[in-house]
Amino acid sequence: MSKRIDVNDLNVYYGNFLAVEGVNINIEPKSVTAFIGPSGCGKSTFLRTLNRMHEVLPGARVEGEVLLDGENLYGQGVDPVTVRSQIGMVFQRPNPFPTMSIRDNVLAGVKLNNKRMSKSDADALVEKSLTGANLWNEVKDRLDKPGSGLSGGQQQRLCIARAIAVKPEVILMDEPCSALDPISTLAIEDLIEELKNEYTVVIVTHNMQQAARVSDKTAFFNIAGTGKPGKLIEYNETGLIFSNPQEKATEDYVSGRFG
Amino acid sequence: MPQLTTTSPAPVKRNSLTKNQLPGWANWAVLAGSLILGAALSTLIGFNVIAWALISAALFVIAGYFVTLSVEGGRKAKDRFVTNIIVAAFIVALLPLVSVIWTVLAKGIPGLSMGFLTTSMNGMTGAVDNASVQNGTEVLGGAYHAIVGTVLITLWATIISVPIGLLAAVYLVEYSKGGALSRAITFFVDVMTGIPSIVAGLFAAAFFGLMFGPGTRTGFIAAVALTVLMIPVVIRSTEEMLKIVPNELREAAYALGVRKWRTIIKVVVPTAISGIASGVTLAIARVIGETAPILVTAGFVNSINWNVFSGWMATLPTFIYRQLMNPTSPTNVDPSAQRAWAAALILIVFVMLLNLIARLIARIFAPKTGR
Amino acid sequence: MSNTLTEGGAKGRAGDKVFSGLTLFAGCLILVVLFAVAAFLILQAMPTFAADPAKITGGEGFWVYIWPIVIGTLIAAVIALLIATPVGIGVALFISHFAPRKMAQGLGYVVDLLAAIPSVVYGAWGIAVLAPALVPVYGWLAENAGWIPIFQGPASQTGKTMLTAGIVLSVMILPIITSLSREIFLQTPKLHEEAALAMGATRWEMIRMAVFPFARAGVISAVMLGLGRALGETMAVALVLSSGALIPSLIKSGNQTIAAEIALNFPEAFGLRLSELIAAGLILFVITLAVNMIARWIISRHKEFSGAN
Repeated sequence: MSKRIDVNDLNVYYGNFLAVEGVNINIEPKSVTAFIGPSGCGKSTFLRTLNRMHEVLPGARVEGEVLLDGENLYGQGVDPVTVRSQIGMVFQRPNPFPTMSIRDNVLAGVKLNNKRMSKSDADALVEKSLTGANLWNEVKDRLDKPGSGLSGGQQQRLCIARAIAVKPEVILMDEPCSALDPISTLAIEDLIEELKNEYTVVIVTHNMQQAARVSDKTAFFNIAGTGKPGKLIEYNETGLIFSNPQEKATEDYVSGRFG
Repeated sequence: MPQLTTTSPAPVKRNSLTKNQLPGWANWAVLAGSLILGAALSTLIGFNVIAWALISAALFVIAGYFVTLSVEGGRKAKDRFVTNIIVAAFIVALLPLVSVIWTVLAKGIPGLSMGFLTTSMNGMTGAVDNASVQNGTEVLGGAYHAIVGTVLITLWATIISVPIGLLAAVYLVEYSKGGALSRAITFFVDVMTGIPSIVAGLFAAAFFGLMFGPGTRTGFIAAVALTVLMIPVVIRSTEEMLKIVPNELREAAYALGVRKWRTIIKVVVPTAISGIASGVTLAIARVIGETAPILVTAGFVNSINWNVFSGWMATLPTFIYRQLMNPTSPTNVDPSAQRAWAAALILIVFVMLLNLIARLIARIFAPKTGR
Repeated sequence: MSNTLTEGGAKGRAGDKVFSGLTLFAGCLILVVLFAVAAFLILQAMPTFAADPAKITGGEGFWVYIWPIVIGTLIAAVIALLIATPVGIGVALFISHFAPRKMAQGLGYVVDLLAAIPSVVYGAWGIAVLAPALVPVYGWLAENAGWIPIFQGPASQTGKTMLTAGIVLSVMILPIITSLSREIFLQTPKLHEEAALAMGATRWEMIRMAVFPFARAGVISAVMLGLGRALGETMAVALVLSSGALIPSLIKSGNQTIAAEIALNFPEAFGLRLSELIAAGLILFVITLAVNMIARWIISRHKEFSGAN
């Protein structure tokens, strides 16, 4: 469980518009990597290319390669569906399936693909995933209630449980705490800390303190101006990015001079 | 000087926030005045209640404007004027609608009986009606054959149009990328929405006429005609419902490694199912009352026909129409009128029930919020 | 080349292909059906256009036969629209912005139910209740306003006239206009409304500033839908109108609409007469098509300014 990601010369386009240019990055297994940068710098777009979720957006396409333990996500004959079952994703706003109970939400990845599973296996998977998402104790006696009845923070942890139930190698998180209150945010941050024992975690965040708290390495993205492509400016140990950045733009950003 | 104002008898009224306000009873006073004046005026031209109501209403609207104008100013007066006009519009709209319901109930209930629901018009001739009028006995004959026809034809129309409509809506919302084809489909669905029902009937008649010889009329042809009317309604409502399913849910499913078609069938459609089901039910409610297309495609009979693929068929709307236009006994039209109104009542009950079912479905299957 | 990412793809993809193919098929079927409607109507109407004018009903060719009933159709629809549009918008506004909130929901429900009353029932109501009730009004109009061509007497003694038919049609399309307009009015962004009220606008000024600009396109399309329905409505007219030649007076027997003409004559028609009626249906189809196109054109022109996109 947990694989490394290597990105080589990746360009992302929306139609003819170059949104992200020339990204090279190596993400270690069992680590937390944070993407920071001002709004519109392409960090979320780039994150989506790591499990081909950008293909859901009309007109989006990439050039270059993304290697998952050496296998190219964009190679010939690769099915995006297979990619996504190995690289899970958690979104900005919690999005449990409203028609399903808490239990069914956790099993969604398995059930929606019509995989057969005995009840005891399913129960074990539900408990394991919810425990892994630090949610089991809060919901264990209302597993058959709808997932949308939970609080925002609980819903987001339910979404994380749902993502880890399909046993991915990598978990991508797109600003997972931006819609949550500080207490729920803390719970998610603690969870990220635990997740990295088993998974490669990549998180996009607006919040620099959060990046400093949870990540091992940090990547800073920036754009030169509106209409220009976003670029990876600097990628390093989180401590170094915040204490001793090599680039002027990074220093300006982390010290709060813009963005 | 300031003391004078503070000790004036009604200090509250002199507040800058309440000045130039009409008191609450002013509206009622204007109403009473208009009613009295309206009564006087309408007596002048020969009193009747409708004239009284109309004249009083007009006076009330006009007087309300000027009273408000004199105290509260032009902007408020305009507001009062428009408010009164809108309330008047509402009352005007309510009158015919209440009258329709009342007429159907009052004229329909006497004709309702078990016999009406369980017998057809087979063998009913003018002589039978004449006899029942002369002897004062119960009106014989019923709408059983028409109920059977209505249910069968509507059922077939539903069976054909729902799958096509659902799939086409799924194509438009989930698969098309705004290309020429999807724009063409959207456009022609709009066009289809506007097809007059009689034209749909003519189409089905012309189509099957060419295939099986002119004058071929069966329940199935009527069902095809209704399908043409129903499909656009189903597509429209399904499209609307699919569109409001948040994209986040689709993305969540994709991110779990779920295929698109499974995502659609197991996540998107279930989330929207309440709206889709009630849209379909409303579409059924719309076509069940269609008369003209049935008239030109299924013809009209007096006996029961269970076979939609052969022989003419009657439905409740055509039954009503025939009973009113061509009474069974031309000399004694009352029995026919009574049957027509009873059938109208049944038809309305059908339609209302379908509407109620649509609401119930929408409520029961709505995504649970857990609160 | 096989690795963990490429294995097991083909089987799953087949499901996607089949399903998307099915939906595409259904979408194309719509186009085929509409094309078929037009094609078969034209095919069956051809004999009429090719026939000897003397053999057409009236003996002077198809266009002489059809134009009075085209005009009749338009008159009926215009009467219906003139009555139903202001009343319908008024009712919609009443439900959306004037009635107490608790009452509004119930009223909306009532209007929805009324939209579902079958046309034949409205027609029956028209002959049984409305027409007799209007006879004295027509008498009064003929007496006092008879110098206006549309109120020329002597008035019909049964009340089965064009004006009655138009009023019945207006009652029928009222729920359509009302329920669609109400939906649009309710969708007005609360922010716009509150912005207007915060400036000290009265309720009417708020409606003019915030609600109408937002709802204009939607209301126009509601009215156009009502118009389309009124043009194609068959049974109400067939039952209520005592038809005849085209005359200007709306309170005498006379006039006819296309839809009613078809419904009244189709059951007994055969041969060339059948083709004639189908040709009439084709004309009706073209008219409603034109109305729809105009409505869509208006909507697309107003869309950018309404904020409704």
